[in-house]
Amino acid sequence: MSPQAEGRPITPVQRARETWWRRVGMPLTTHTVLLAGCVAMLFPYLWMLGTSFKPPDETMLWPPRVLPIHWTWANYPKAMDAAPFGLYFFNSLLVSAGATLMVIATSLLAGFIFGKYQFPGKRLLFIVILASAMFPFETYMIPLYLTMKSFGWINTYQGIAAPYLIMSFGIFLMRQHIAHGIPDELVDAARVDGASELRIFLRVIVPLCSSAIGAIGILAFIQAWSAFIWPLLMATNKNMFLMELGLSTFQFRFTTEYHLLCAAAVLNTVPMLIAFVILRRRIMESVALTGLKG
Amino acid sequence: MTLDAAPPLSPEGAAGRVSRATTTRRLNRLTLAKYRFCYLGLLPIFAIYWVLRLEPISRTFYLSFHDWHLIRPNRPWVGLTNYRELLDDPNFLMALWNTSLFAVAVVVLSVVVGLALSVLLAGNLRFTAAYQAIYFLPVITPMVPMAIAWKWIFDARIGILNYVLSWFGVSPIGWLTSPGVAIWSIIIMSVWKVLGYNMILLLVGLKNIPATLYEAASIDGAFGWRMFWRITLPLLRPIMLFVIVVSTINAYNVFTQVYVMTQGSQAAPGAQLRVLVFDIYQNGFQFFKMGYASAEAVVLTLIILALTLVQFRVIRVDEG
Repeated sequence: MSPQAEGRPITPVQRARETWWRRVGMPLTTHTVLLAGCVAMLFPYLWMLGTSFKPPDETMLWPPRVLPIHWTWANYPKAMDAAPFGLYFFNSLLVSAGATLMVIATSLLAGFIFGKYQFPGKRLLFIVILASAMFPFETYMIPLYLTMKSFGWINTYQGIAAPYLIMSFGIFLMRQHIAHGIPDELVDAARVDGASELRIFLRVIVPLCSSAIGAIGILAFIQAWSAFIWPLLMATNKNMFLMELGLSTFQFRFTTEYHLLCAAAVLNTVPMLIAFVILRRRIMESVALTGLKG
Repeated sequence: MTLDAAPPLSPEGAAGRVSRATTTRRLNRLTLAKYRFCYLGLLPIFAIYWVLRLEPISRTFYLSFHDWHLIRPNRPWVGLTNYRELLDDPNFLMALWNTSLFAVAVVVLSVVVGLALSVLLAGNLRFTAAYQAIYFLPVITPMVPMAIAWKWIFDARIGILNYVLSWFGVSPIGWLTSPGVAIWSIIIMSVWKVLGYNMILLLVGLKNIPATLYEAASIDGAFGWRMFWRITLPLLRPIMLFVIVVSTINAYNVFTQVYVMTQGSQAAPGAQLRVLVFDIYQNGFQFFKMGYASAEAVVLTLIILALTLVQFRVIRVDEG
């Protein structure tokens, strides 16, 4: 690209051309490419949103239109009447929040113990936790289902939340944070003052982990919220459906009523979109943290 | 994944030089208290791990050697019979082929495009934050509603994709109804969904490459592509390895979008787009052949473990 590399003298024309490319041409090309990509990324949302405001006859138009000719709100109340999406939302929220709290609690405790103590078997136990994360959930869901069945936990919140109650990555991340981010002296000082180990954990360690708690909480929540195949197995009672499962069942009932489907799909997307608008930076940072594992 | 090499210095060792006997006794008592706290604290956590992870993982292997039917009380040991039957099961073989094709395509496309995106966005471009947010958005959007939106974009009769293609004289394509094409529709949708994740991780990797390396290289006369091949790519190797491993594992477990998009009226009839997790789901929870489905799950596990090992070998990351 640069004539300097070949060691030839640079003519003014060449220099001007290169400056132009660096100042204008290159950013312009990059922005064009990126913008085209953005259109592709956002189009499904626009399509879904547009269709959710179409009257029924406009969904079958040829040529298809992205935006409705006659806008209508009617699809939303109709979709809400056809299936209890409010209840599904509540179920999703309850399961995800419960799972998140459990993941945070277990990650804090295990992260503290693995991060600040030496004891026989530590290495082995930690490896067991990390190694179990190598197995994708789908590969052991059958025995887990049988266990839940023997507990009588089918169609219960705890049963649906079960696989999401612990997170190896959460323990790993918390261990990293506590081992490297909190000085040993702090723990030792508290111990010299006569604090018990449990008290050190609750009073010294936990208050210093808020950023890691936030990151782990976000990841745990997203994981539970986007669960699909497990709720599909566990929830046979319609009142126990989570949002995603409720929507997929709705889809099989109203296969051709695309305006209703889209309204329901928008309702299912909005909570996460609102969360993303508010917590965008935190969410993206937390997800980026998962690369630490490598 | 390194564990702490050196144990933290215990303050008692330095402070209590007055009387060795008392020190030892105090140390022991303290150490014992610490041990008790560690084991008692880990006990509930490992109990949960046992019930929710370790026991199910090992029982999958156990079940796979049995003729384990949910309804029948008699569940005899059958050795490798389930595995032998799998080799003759056209559904399983088709699922294995489809899933592998899906995984290869999704991993290659999402990693290559994700890398290109992250390189473009790592520079001093304006609006990078907005671009990143937009490309990342599908990652956290729930799968089912987006699969529904895509399903109708792909619709053969009234889908907008066929309409746009008709401007260029392309005759209507059965994106979800013709067997050879359906998988590519799912691939496109899935790449759209995971692209942002790869982009974000690779961006972190790119930001960690010291700028001085690029400066040094430019003094030596390296530019553009040469810099990319000589500096960017080699230094990105650890994070690339991670991205590829994670993408592969996720791709092999594809289920939701296939379940939503290829069932129902405007989608492929019957078994045209069968993936491994769907086959496991069907054998286990619709036909109740849990032993057989477990054998499939074991095969899936072994494939994933083997691929992870191979990827670690090929994209070797130097220690340190």
